[in-house]
Amino acid sequence: MSKTVVVGMSGGVDSSVCAYLLKEQGYNVIGVTMQIWRPENACDVSDNGGCCGLSAVDDARRVADCIGIPYYVMDFRSEFQKWVIDHFAAQYVKGLTPNPCIECNRHVKWEALLKKARDIGADYLATGHYARIMQLENGRYSISASKTAAKDQTYALYALTQDQLAHTLLPIGEYEKGDVRKIAEEAGLPVAHKKDSQEICFVPDGDYASFIEKEDGVTVPGPGDFVTPSGEFIAKHKGITHYTIGQRRGLGVPAGERIYVTDIDPATDKVTLGSNDDLMTSVVSANDLRWMGIEGVGDGERVRVKAKIRYNHPGETGYLESAGDGLVKVTFDKPVRAAAPGQALVFYDESGTYIYGGGTIIKT
Amino acid sequence: MIYLDNAATTKIEDVSFNAMLPFLKEEYGNASAVYEIARRSKKAVFEARKQCASLIGAMPSEIFFTSGGTESDNWALCGAYESFRKKNTDKEKSGHIITTAIEHHAILHTAEYLESLGVSVTYLKPDKEGFISPEQVTGALCDDTFLVSVMTANNEIGTIEPVREIADAVKSLRKDVLIHTDAVQAFGQIGLQDISKHVDLLSASSHKLGGPKGVGMLFVRDGVKFSPYIRGGMQESGRRAGTENVAGIAGFGAAAEYSFAGLDAKISAETALRDRMIAKLADITDVIVNGAYSEGNFSRRLPGNVSVCIKGIEGESALIMLDQKGICASSGSACASGAREPSHVLKAIGRADDEAKGSLRFTLSAHNTEEEIDTAVEVLKDIVGRLRSRG
Repeated sequence: MSKTVVVGMSGGVDSSVCAYLLKEQGYNVIGVTMQIWRPENACDVSDNGGCCGLSAVDDARRVADCIGIPYYVMDFRSEFQKWVIDHFAAQYVKGLTPNPCIECNRHVKWEALLKKARDIGADYLATGHYARIMQLENGRYSISASKTAAKDQTYALYALTQDQLAHTLLPIGEYEKGDVRKIAEEAGLPVAHKKDSQEICFVPDGDYASFIEKEDGVTVPGPGDFVTPSGEFIAKHKGITHYTIGQRRGLGVPAGERIYVTDIDPATDKVTLGSNDDLMTSVVSANDLRWMGIEGVGDGERVRVKAKIRYNHPGETGYLESAGDGLVKVTFDKPVRAAAPGQALVFYDESGTYIYGGGTIIKT
Repeated sequence: MIYLDNAATTKIEDVSFNAMLPFLKEEYGNASAVYEIARRSKKAVFEARKQCASLIGAMPSEIFFTSGGTESDNWALCGAYESFRKKNTDKEKSGHIITTAIEHHAILHTAEYLESLGVSVTYLKPDKEGFISPEQVTGALCDDTFLVSVMTANNEIGTIEPVREIADAVKSLRKDVLIHTDAVQAFGQIGLQDISKHVDLLSASSHKLGGPKGVGMLFVRDGVKFSPYIRGGMQESGRRAGTENVAGIAGFGAAAEYSFAGLDAKISAETALRDRMIAKLADITDVIVNGAYSEGNFSRRLPGNVSVCIKGIEGESALIMLDQKGICASSGSACASGAREPSHVLKAIGRADDEAKGSLRFTLSAHNTEEEIDTAVEVLKDIVGRLRSRG
């Protein structure tokens, strides 16, 4: 009997082709769109063509119909609120820079959706991510880069567990982006020419600060001081949720040279502005660790890695070592720029082929 | 396929289909025109008006065809509001509506809209079986109450409300208050021959009793001053403009007549299937029946309604697994996206969130067989077992 796979369908070209390919490969495919938006802003989100509006449901349904697979909408609003939106707001209020896609993948897609998929009898969950799953010689599963280097989405998948990986299919990783569109065209999928989504799906206008202000139960920190690295007052700022590490635009502070946000202190509401040099660091530490290709690093062990400090970071080589008590640090061969607490530190093997593991960057 | 979602919509009866056919082909005349082919369309609309009127003991002139139950509900509320505004030009009174917390969204969202225009609305909470009492309604009357709207039977849990008693109690105190009932789920399912003697306004829909989608009606009692909602031509005595959907109306009329003629047999067949299913579902542990269930109240439940909460499962997953086995069921009212909404009805009768999550609704018709019911229950038992074992 053929294996059953639930495909998470966003209505975009990648997940549509994912469903099509698996059906072609003989799987019993079930299409599912996660309902994650809340009714009161359904219109806002769909108007902006994000990945989770009602128009996305219409597109996904048309694709499922075209491929000839059953299709369902499942309700994940409470999970998305708790794990993604609440977490996003809480991190910003603490002066951190969260990556909501990582939280969504970890808790909503690969915990809640995978569980429901397996509940209804599926063997696998599949998504349209640009990444591949490989089984290493040590028997462990890992995520490796997709054939499309420019669309690499491995960074946002580092938190998946071995059990989750054993029940996941990522067929899009085997293709170039251009080929994916070509497959969609040839198969006559109605989304072949749809634009890729860009911004964080629940903040389509990119204005995080006002999104957070509208969230229930969130007390947004008020205005505070911009200070120099030595602590001298420069000007007042709008509140720490308006800033992220490495930001240069929108500071509203006239300065002779280029200045950047180099530190955010939620305890004093101070935002430090400094030079580009102040943003450079050779050592980045992380907690909340998840291991994938390797089981961990032993005390005193130094592992050569390539590590990424944000989604679009090309990666830098260095060595990974334990920093005690659930912490690791990566010492880079060349300093990296603007490592922001709250973002993920993801370490790969030294060639950058597959993931060893990752964690959340902490302030040191 | 085993179809157990008759509260969502029903199979089109052959008599309804056959009644529609001529008007989808050669009988294309506009019912408002003067020539022979148009007169035949006009006659079909009049026949249907009679057929629909007889179900509720009304006169044909009191029946106005609409595009469906939702339009009828919108018209009833907005029309009543407009009549109130015309009588109260001083704007001192804001106006007040009494309805219930378990109405269909066609009522609830229209009531919310009227709230945005300044009307105050009381949403009565039902008891744990879903009943609203006449005393609750009369107790909520205010000086400026102009409308009471209580559904005849609930679409999710099947509870049949004491609409006649509510109407009479209100009228005994306040003759000027209009009484509306959303009878979409009850029309053609239970005996309503005397209801037009009690209420002023009644909404019904064609596709819930074996007719086509896209047709409904509003009963407006003779003598009630009531503004149109859709304005334009003089169709429907000038109360509902727009060229008549002759085929749909003819299909609606035929379906109404068909269910009226066979009502007693239909009720007893569906009641037997319902009671069989509820008895068999008791084999599954921790199943709660929603709606009227206590001693003596079973007759106050729609004949085909089986609504349950099954503890320890997600209704959403169970529905998908039932679909994979060709069994059509539901967990509440359908919505735009196809996803499950947390049910306002189950909340109103006191179900906790985790209980409401495990809700399933099977709505049976006389077309179902005992074998189908037994198969559905067996499949559901396996599904519940699997979902519970996975925690």
